[in-house]
Amino acid sequence: MNAQFTRRLFIAAALTVCTAAQAQTAQGTRFIVASSTTSTQDSGLFGHILPLFKANTGIDVRVVSQGTGQALDTGRRGDADVVFVHARSQEVTFVAQGFGVERKPVMYNDFVLIGPKSDPAGVKGSKDITNALQTIQQKQSAFVSRGDRSGTHAAELSLWKTASVDLEKSKGSWYREIGQGMGAALNTAGAMNAYVLADRGTWLSFKNRGELDIAVEGDQRLFNQYGVILVNPAKHAHVKKADGQAFIDWLTGPEGQKAIADYKIGGQQLFFPNATQPGA
Amino acid sequence: MMLPDDASTILPLTAHAAGYRVGEKWLLQQANFTIQAGRLTTILGPNGAGKSLFLRLCHGLISPSTGSITWSASGGAINGRKRHAMVFQKPVMLRRSARANLIHALRAAGEPQIQARADETLERFGLNHLAAQPARLLSGGEQQRLALARAWSLRPQVLFLDEPTSQLDPGATRQIEEMIEVLKREGVTLVMSTHDIAQARRLADRVLFLHKGAIIEDSTTSEFFKKPATTTARAFVAGDLLW
Amino acid sequence: MRLYAKITILNFDHRKHTSDVVNWNLYNLDAASPFRAAMQLILGLDPQFLQIVGLSLSVTLTAVLIAAVIGLPLGALLALARFPGRSAIIVLINALMGLPPVVAGLVIFLLLSRSGPLGALGWLFTPKAMIVAQSILVLPIVIALTRQIIEDLWAEYCEHLTSLGQTGVRAIPTLLWDARFSLATVLLAGFGRASAEVGAVLIVGGNIAGYTRVMTTSIALETSTGDLALALGLGITLLALTLAINAIAFGASRIGARLAGAS
Repeated sequence: MNAQFTRRLFIAAALTVCTAAQAQTAQGTRFIVASSTTSTQDSGLFGHILPLFKANTGIDVRVVSQGTGQALDTGRRGDADVVFVHARSQEVTFVAQGFGVERKPVMYNDFVLIGPKSDPAGVKGSKDITNALQTIQQKQSAFVSRGDRSGTHAAELSLWKTASVDLEKSKGSWYREIGQGMGAALNTAGAMNAYVLADRGTWLSFKNRGELDIAVEGDQRLFNQYGVILVNPAKHAHVKKADGQAFIDWLTGPEGQKAIADYKIGGQQLFFPNATQPGA
Repeated sequence: MMLPDDASTILPLTAHAAGYRVGEKWLLQQANFTIQAGRLTTILGPNGAGKSLFLRLCHGLISPSTGSITWSASGGAINGRKRHAMVFQKPVMLRRSARANLIHALRAAGEPQIQARADETLERFGLNHLAAQPARLLSGGEQQRLALARAWSLRPQVLFLDEPTSQLDPGATRQIEEMIEVLKREGVTLVMSTHDIAQARRLADRVLFLHKGAIIEDSTTSEFFKKPATTTARAFVAGDLLW
Repeated sequence: MRLYAKITILNFDHRKHTSDVVNWNLYNLDAASPFRAAMQLILGLDPQFLQIVGLSLSVTLTAVLIAAVIGLPLGALLALARFPGRSAIIVLINALMGLPPVVAGLVIFLLLSRSGPLGALGWLFTPKAMIVAQSILVLPIVIALTRQIIEDLWAEYCEHLTSLGQTGVRAIPTLLWDARFSLATVLLAGFGRASAEVGAVLIVGGNIAGYTRVMTTSIALETSTGDLALALGLGITLLALTLAINAIAFGASRIGARLAGAS
């Protein structure tokens, strides 16, 4: 009876593993792994465009969404076939180091400065982001930073630099680094009546807005360019070169560009395709 | 009933100056005795005399610290099968049915024809109606009968019984004693510890009287109860022995 | 804490969006909305939701099974074996019961990454990696609790089994079988740990929609998109599911134990 019991246990285990494995293969043998940012995922863009791509090519795109820094690291380790992020200088470095084949511009969206409706720093309605940041720092109004090496975090840091605010010196209890994604940063800002820099896509699809609203938008310096890179098969032989390239070609081609433009939340377009724009 | 390999015997069991100690304390010392085939030997003595320890040493659950206790066949086994078994004071019932308890013991001991012998055993001791019941939910008496039947099913030449009735009521005690009589008639050599003088008188052919870890008398039952050789044994038989 | 304290006093906007990633739109959000969300999820039988629940269950159950197949004999062995350093191993395994899922996830991640020693398997960001990570989380629980249970049972069975010649490794099947009802509780504890954790599966699975997204990572995601009602609704569903499985297992084990006289 004991031997039977043990045997049954083994059979059950084997069956479960087999079923799980079958379930996986049944979901399609053709797939690529794309490492991307939380903003593209949380905004719902992938939910809109990936089914279109799959219908077109039969290729499943499995998206792992992380901060831009992490997403690039995932590509460096060879754990993704395609990297789709938004931090241009880091992308260029990535390709220069030989981890990526080529960077191609895809689209841009813009950042918005979100703040409490009560607007303690008095920056609401401004079109000058550097001015607004300086005011926030001077008034020591609460500010939530992603602090997670993401593209948005990188953009935020460069904006502080443009505004000539030396964070290392002026950091205080007003400046809160949370080390989490965009959604978490918005939740935290809502709870703390703080300002926060967010990408418009995540903001539009964010539901827990509470007392938060847009404080500053429309500044040229808030534009946020996305690029896509095929991980270099010369570095990682297992990279699915053909299927990865197919995804990149589709994204930057007319069909993909149209799909991106078509994605709207509440009638608002989130991402603006610009694959053909030189120097983007 | 007898299997072919029972033609040879594991007896006699011989102890030479066997002793057992825990730390500095000797629980059994200088034990010399021989168990021959075909009788019921009772290990008699007050509580704490070392009776259970004596049986465990004979059965091989523990080894003597000094001296030796040996079977005529190595380890008391013939053809790799142990031919002695033991029933404990508090029967160990596995968490399964009465019949599954028999099956388990037969399989563990490497016996042949397991199913048939389990059924034969149940039949033999009138336990058929309990076969499917969880062994641990049986009454104390039923558990001890099952334990005895389980030991019997292994076809031992020698069966050690450690105070098999000390926790039972008079009715259950009688049933167990009847089973012991049956085993005796079948020719199983029995070694039973007890502190019950009347029970020793009823069942035993021979008495080993144990006191404070030493065998102080070794005689036939009638001799022992007629004229105990030591004052300690006399006091015990008279019910006056305080340990 | 602050985040959740805030939930109760927030007035949720009535806002629609057209995202395909999240099909479970919830418009009227108030104090009861998490429960309504949970009901809609369970009763609506949304295929996406069912896929997530199915994946959660199959990943966790497989992990528990693997941990059982490895951990039960190992725990029994540890209960019976005597060797130098045994106490140290017992303390270590007991301590590993508290292994933070994130740490386990990170270690598995580093092992399975294409740049890691097991990268050639290509298991990272697949359900297999999640199963491995959860097995590792459950294994110490199974080993540690099995050891304790088998040690106690051995104390009871020792003389009888020794008398029958079942000592050491040969006693393990008997002991495991006879401890089956207590061990069922051990596996439930393991199931609880695996089904509740998010750190490990998030890191090694990548939370890929439709492929490695399970209930706990969905909850984390919905929290980050600010859909707190849906996140809580998912949480309630997970809790209900865990409750149901525990109730079934408890009932079955109780009845079985009573029938076998093991209680």
